Amino acid sequence: MNYNWDWGVFFKSTGVGQEIYLDWFVSGLGWTIAVALVAWIIALILGAVLGVMRTVPNRLVAGIATAYVELFRNVPLLVQLFIWYFLVPDYLPEGLQTWFKQDLSPATSAYVSVVVCLGLFTAARVCEQVRTGIQALPRGQAYAGLAVGFNLVQVYRHVLLPQAFRIIIPPLTSEFLNVFKNSSVASLIGLMELLAQTRQTAEFSANIFEAFTLATLIYFVLNMSLMVFMGWVERRVRVPGLMVGGK
Amino acid sequence: MIRFINVHKWFKDLHVLNGIDLQVAQGEVVVVCGPSGSGKSTLIRTVNQLESINEGEIWVDGKNVTDPKTDLNALRAEVGFVFQHFNLYPHLSVLDNITLSPMRVKKMERVAAEKRAEELLERVGLAHKKDAFPAQLSGGQQQRVAIARGLAMQPQVMLFDEPTSALDPEMIGEVLKVMKDLAESGMTMMVVTHEMGFAREVADRVVFVDHGRILEEAPPEEFFMRPQHERAQQFLRQLLTPMN
Repeated sequence: MNYNWDWGVFFKSTGVGQEIYLDWFVSGLGWTIAVALVAWIIALILGAVLGVMRTVPNRLVAGIATAYVELFRNVPLLVQLFIWYFLVPDYLPEGLQTWFKQDLSPATSAYVSVVVCLGLFTAARVCEQVRTGIQALPRGQAYAGLAVGFNLVQVYRHVLLPQAFRIIIPPLTSEFLNVFKNSSVASLIGLMELLAQTRQTAEFSANIFEAFTLATLIYFVLNMSLMVFMGWVERRVRVPGLMVGGK
Repeated sequence: MIRFINVHKWFKDLHVLNGIDLQVAQGEVVVVCGPSGSGKSTLIRTVNQLESINEGEIWVDGKNVTDPKTDLNALRAEVGFVFQHFNLYPHLSVLDNITLSPMRVKKMERVAAEKRAEELLERVGLAHKKDAFPAQLSGGQQQRVAIARGLAMQPQVMLFDEPTSALDPEMIGEVLKVMKDLAESGMTMMVVTHEMGFAREVADRVVFVDHGRILEEAPPEEFFMRPQHERAQQFLRQLLTPMN
């Protein structure tokens, strides 16, 4: 293959203002992190609520959460994103609609759409993990909480969830990484996150291989750091004498 | 203190409680025994409504627990419950296991709750284990912590659901000792157990349950020396000489 590798390309001017290509990657990484972290917070909170709902002894409440999971898990992420970005704004109330379409900058409205989309999508997956975490606990734990006079909220808050979350840290970690990887769909609605900046660099500089190699490296290092961080969290909350989650 | 009036419960077709009438007076210790599957665990769990019933009434401390208007959480706070499998909270230290409900249900201050927890641990002989976690304790120690946890709410009644059945034989004694001390301090107790030595020594009355009915109800001497019902005689024979 005749290809002239040029790793110096990242320090060359883009021809847009004073920027060099590396600046684009930095800014893209910033958007990727901003999308993924906010979406993850939404997913964790909503997923925990839905996961609890699936385990409460009330068919209607559990049914609502089940329906949510089926809906969001069985439609491709990209389809969901297009719905949130192209379709949903048209059905918003008048005021919200003008705000979304006119007051927000294109980047911000794309950002809002992708954060909402990714947050709700991932919540369905977090929900399933929270549910299995709760269901993995012995039934006696809930009884022990009820027997001392806790109401259902207190049983979940003090007895079930602290244990369930410890159990599901490993699968939650991989979901956390997925949010970062899935955030790349944002490039398809014009948000200049890492993948979009990579493609733009490839087009502007014609150094396709270098651009995608750097993007690969950045995603890899980012996700490795997250894994290390989650490993630290897991060790921090480990219960002495219990073998849950490795040695 | 506890009163069952014609209590019935069905699990589908199985009639697990079949017309239970029973009273436990203040300060009394009542042992419930019977073959496995007789309904005795279900019976004790209906007192604080961990199991619901289909018919009849149960009164605890002047409150009808089967009335939907009764505040079950408030009632359960007054009724200590000790489980066969301890059910300590594994993610909390021994001290936190004991202080959790006084602080969250009774809104006790942490300092006061911890002081009381330490006194209770002293009482069950585990003061030195307050910072340990449940998984670091033996079964007997866990069950003693579970008793201390129940007592921390200053209950009117303590219920024990086979408290020694999951223990290795050498640990049964330490748990029974704590229960005996508790009985001597005047606590009202209802105890499901196969420990006939405990029943003989501590109980005021022994209740024999089979197929969801109370077949015999008598002071321990009478129950052990002159069991009236054939099923009770058979049960005692099997307990005393299991090989035959």
